[in-house]
Amino acid sequence: MDAFTTLTGIAAPLPMANVDTDKIIPARFLKTIQRTGLGKAAFANLRYNEDGSENPDFVLNKEPYRKAEILIAHENFGCGSSREHAPWALLDFGIRCVIAPDFADIFHNNSFKNGILPIKLPREICDQLMEDARMGENARISIDLERQVVVRPNGDEIPFEIDPLRRHLLLNGLDDIGQTMQRGTAIDSFEARQQAAQPWLYG
Amino acid sequence: MSATKPRTLYDKIFDAHLVETLPDGTALLYIDRHLVHEVTSPQAFEGLRMAGRPVRRREGTMAVIDHNIATDESRYTGRIEDPESRLQVETLEKNVAEFDVPYIPLTDARQGIVHVVGPEQGLSLPGMTIVCGDSHTSTHGAMGALAFGIGTSEVEHVLATQTLLQKRAKNMRVTVDGVLPKGCTAKDIVLAIIGKIGTAGGTGHVIEFAGSAIRALDMAGRFTVCNMSIEGGARAGMIAPDETTFEYVKGRPFAPQGEALERAIAWWKSLPSDEGAHFDTEVVLDAAEIVPMVSWGTSPEDVLPITAVVPDPASAKDEARRDQLQRMVEYMGLTPGQKLSDLKVDVVFIGSCTNSRIEDIRAAADIVRGKAVAPGVRAMVVPGSGLVKKAAEAEGLDAVFKNAGFEWREAGCSMCLGMNPDKLTPGQRCASTSNRNFEGRQGPGGRTHLLSPAMAAAAAITGHLTDVREMA
Ligand code: SF4
Repeated sequence: MDAFTTLTGIAAPLPMANVDTDKIIPARFLKTIQRTGLGKAAFANLRYNEDGSENPDFVLNKEPYRKAEILIAHENFGCGSSREHAPWALLDFGIRCVIAPDFADIFHNNSFKNGILPIKLPREICDQLMEDARMGENARISIDLERQVVVRPNGDEIPFEIDPLRRHLLLNGLDDIGQTMQRGTAIDSFEARQQAAQPWLYG
Repeated sequence: MSATKPRTLYDKIFDAHLVETLPDGTALLYIDRHLVHEVTSPQAFEGLRMAGRPVRRREGTMAVIDHNIATDESRYTGRIEDPESRLQVETLEKNVAEFDVPYIPLTDARQGIVHVVGPEQGLSLPGMTIVCGDSHTSTHGAMGALAFGIGTSEVEHVLATQTLLQKRAKNMRVTVDGVLPKGCTAKDIVLAIIGKIGTAGGTGHVIEFAGSAIRALDMAGRFTVCNMSIEGGARAGMIAPDETTFEYVKGRPFAPQGEALERAIAWWKSLPSDEGAHFDTEVVLDAAEIVPMVSWGTSPEDVLPITAVVPDPASAKDEARRDQLQRMVEYMGLTPGQKLSDLKVDVVFIGSCTNSRIEDIRAAADIVRGKAVAPGVRAMVVPGSGLVKKAAEAEGLDAVFKNAGFEWREAGCSMCLGMNPDKLTPGQRCASTSNRNFEGRQGPGGRTHLLSPAMAAAAAITGHLTDVREMA
């Protein structure tokens, strides 16, 4: 996983609530056995017409948003299925940060595990950032994870909250399996205790 | 936590699986049962392979295939047509062989949708922590277990360590008291709940469903309710284990037996929430006021009684909601003010992990018996597992459906999602017993109306969405 420290880039406005995981990546694209290459499937039903041509009205098909690294959206982003293909598709497209008033739990979790930073900010602030994003090329937004601020194009700094452990893992690009493996003895002794108390779980 | 403080069902199961608390308060939670399917696992096994890690507890794991497969005879006779689907299925088979993970193959009568198979086999038991790379893992919470969906990175984490890093969720209790009116089912209860709390209403919470109307449900109904917890934003839904649960568990292949069962039941009886346990959020519904429900829009919160009309976007409370309603009305091909019961359907799908158990199939058969599917309607029944299919056939229910003009199919996820040959074509309108009505969920351009098995059966007979209470 790539570390996330600071990011300055183009933000795409996606003023929709309940952007579900079927919107982010429809089920027909889940048949891959790899994590990469899903960028072309991101938002497929919105991005392409029935004949496969691009829908010129969709934000990510417009310049400069084809190069967007940040997405600004409305409430309940990422609701629906547990498919990690959703953050994989966003990441492969180039998105490293999603800003919204709130997120569905599983998507929120999955994002962190793939080096995408989901930032929760109140709706009024998301609306301001949405206006910034609409200015396109001339309005780059910066994210500073170390300092926990979003910097607007006019220089205003907006602080955001983030879980300290997740911040640590993101800043260092750490995978949490390795960390848990170091607790093997604690897991062994849990299993011994559980087997004594609930032997039926151990066949 | 002191031993005397009253705890919820969720708190008790969480506490009983706590391996360690990390310095920042994150819990390392032990996972008793890990269910695996072909869509969300390939990258996880690949991760293990690259790191040279084995599966920590193979007997805590079970793999099945359900999402990609055809539901007609072709699954037994030939190769899977679609090369990508085939690769995903073959990859799972290769992975379970390489990592020595227990697996129910396609040709096995026990094969089916992972959330039907788990409880049916006794793999899902009260008091357990159960995970699967699938959001509808919440289904297994009906056993009185803590069950939730995880992403592929977490699938890898569980395979490698049999644990997960978790933050404690908030407790929410949804109480449904009273007697459900005739014609209403568990599906109508849960659609009414989601209509009330909204698709983000349960975010950050685990929901415990309680009250006399929930207690009165059989296990099939309880699975239906817990299945859709995720549609209300909650990662998990649970129902306290009781005699109904214990009766269900008895005799299942992977369930404890004899003295072990007695001992297990003694522990399971200690799990229900204590008197006075704290719930961060409480929601109350009166069962007597529930009517047969149907979704009209493209989010599961957009549900209405079948007696209602299509909402008018102009009546929305603000501009954002108006735009949303407008988009839904257009996508669904509706006219504001139109009666929902006037909507003609092209397809009827009875199946999915929400409603494909024998009780669901019986309820649909009761409506269909002696009648015929309306001309021009494609209607299908897809049992949740090979064993459900067999049981239905033993009762002669397959004949009831086939005689009426229904397709009677093999077990799998089928038309619940557009990932196998069973799909809607653009513009088709479907009465579906599944759980998601998102744009394109059942196939690009498809229009989904969520409802109960009885309501779906009624729609198949009349050719339009129908109030099942009017069916003779
Ligand atoms: S039936 Fe539908 S919701 Fe259930 S596991 Fe299969 S695809 Fe998911």
